[in-house]
Amino acid sequence: MNIELVKRIVLPWLVILVLIPAWMGVASIVDDFPTPSDTYVAAFGGINSEGDEVVGSLSDPFYVENEDDKGVFWQVMNSLQRVFAGFALAILVGIPTGLLIGMSKNFMTALNPYIQILKPVSPLAWLPLLLLIFQDINATAVATIFITSIWPIIINTALGVRSVNEDYLNVAKVLQFTPLEKVYQIILPVAVPYIFTGMRLSLGIAWLVIVAAEMLTGGIGIGFWIWDEYNNLNYPNIIIGIFIVGIVGYILDAIMGRIADYFDYTKRG
Amino acid sequence: MSTKFLDLNNVEKVFPLPKGKKYVAVTDINLEIKENEIISIIGHSGCGKSTLLNMIAGLDMATGGEISLEGEVLSGPGPERAVVFQNHSLLPWLSVYDNIELAVKKVMPELSSKELRDRVEKFVSMVNLDAAKDKYPGEISGGMKQRVGIARALSIKPKVLLMDEPFGALDSLTRANLQEHLMRIQQSVKNTVVIITHDVDEAVLLSDRVIMMTNGPEATIGEILEVNLQHPRERVALQHDTEYIRCREAILSFLYEKYAKEDE
Repeated sequence: MNIELVKRIVLPWLVILVLIPAWMGVASIVDDFPTPSDTYVAAFGGINSEGDEVVGSLSDPFYVENEDDKGVFWQVMNSLQRVFAGFALAILVGIPTGLLIGMSKNFMTALNPYIQILKPVSPLAWLPLLLLIFQDINATAVATIFITSIWPIIINTALGVRSVNEDYLNVAKVLQFTPLEKVYQIILPVAVPYIFTGMRLSLGIAWLVIVAAEMLTGGIGIGFWIWDEYNNLNYPNIIIGIFIVGIVGYILDAIMGRIADYFDYTKRG
Repeated sequence: MSTKFLDLNNVEKVFPLPKGKKYVAVTDINLEIKENEIISIIGHSGCGKSTLLNMIAGLDMATGGEISLEGEVLSGPGPERAVVFQNHSLLPWLSVYDNIELAVKKVMPELSSKELRDRVEKFVSMVNLDAAKDKYPGEISGGMKQRVGIARALSIKPKVLLMDEPFGALDSLTRANLQEHLMRIQQSVKNTVVIITHDVDEAVLLSDRVIMMTNGPEATIGEILEVNLQHPRERVALQHDTEYIRCREAILSFLYEKYAKEDE
């Protein structure tokens, strides 16, 4: 058997052997901090350390009690809907803006200062302003994701456009391409891998933002769910929530990476 | 006034420098290139030979004088002056076939899809790349890429083929191979060709006339050498040909005695 393969399976498990005792150590020091076994029981059901019978939050993730009480799966789906809505808007606005900035020095000069200033603004700073505008938690969450995740798309698209080799543009000149042909035949193929890098960063930000946004807006969603479980003194579910957020984020990133590779001509053939 | 084919009349290129200064790259270029003639432009680096080619191509505009093709003054780039770039400039996301097709499709939109395919295939075959036509530029050798560049340039039926140190980046065996390709193509389809080179043998082997440039700044045409050798030319046989030797010596003496340049 391949030694590299063995390493790839065994080494991460070795880390667990360190992490679990560390977790147990924290649980023994901090009052009410859930132990690994209580967290497992809270996730998949069973008898916890206090001898209570517990229904795991992951044993029936699909239940719907009423509008305000739904299984974890629906919480995640709800968050994903908002993430994709904000992300889609960011793509729709971000790519054309990035193309403009990349192709025109004037647009670059005009917009760059604002991009640089608005880019580092935390989503939590936008939230009250957007809530004031929309007066609706769903629209506010989507708008917050839009405005915080659009920057990497704009910046990477512009970078992609600017990295178009002068020689390719000379080919376009000799063949007398129209501006539109130049965009489709030369600029986009070069810029697409950059655009996807931007989208991947952007989706990562969007997923980070949704958890924070939902904690403040409330209602439904995995972010709200984590906060709600804190208020319900259901501490193991906080840790379960963190795992869910991490795993979903990882899956989103992996899917985006696959799509990006598919459109990247340098990784073809 | 009779129409000259490709005419360079008092061509000058001045680049502005900061603080109102200017750099005169080339000046006082007067040259008439006849149809189906192969011209080499040779000179040390920095003599403005690439600038000159770019001005003929229209990628760079002359700041003085004018260049005309068949009596029409040029004002920008166009497919009737196809360029083979030094670094081939193939689009890496398109296959060999698609790179050529892109050019033909754009320049000859009237072709039916069958005519288009036939034309692309014909030029793929002309440079012996039938086996590699579905490969991407990243998957083929430097020499093959340059052959695609030549095929792409010729496929759009240019009046003038401009080659900017086309074989400069290749090893000498590959370069010889490509020179043979070019000569063979030239035997079957006559083209007007302008080649920028810094290779003395290449200049003599390929061209009817060799334009020798003085050193920059304010570079200009120093001498023009007629190469009185019949086509097709045979590389090995020419090594002892008196005309070949005379041409070689004339260029060498121009480059290394009259206009020697240090720190190349």
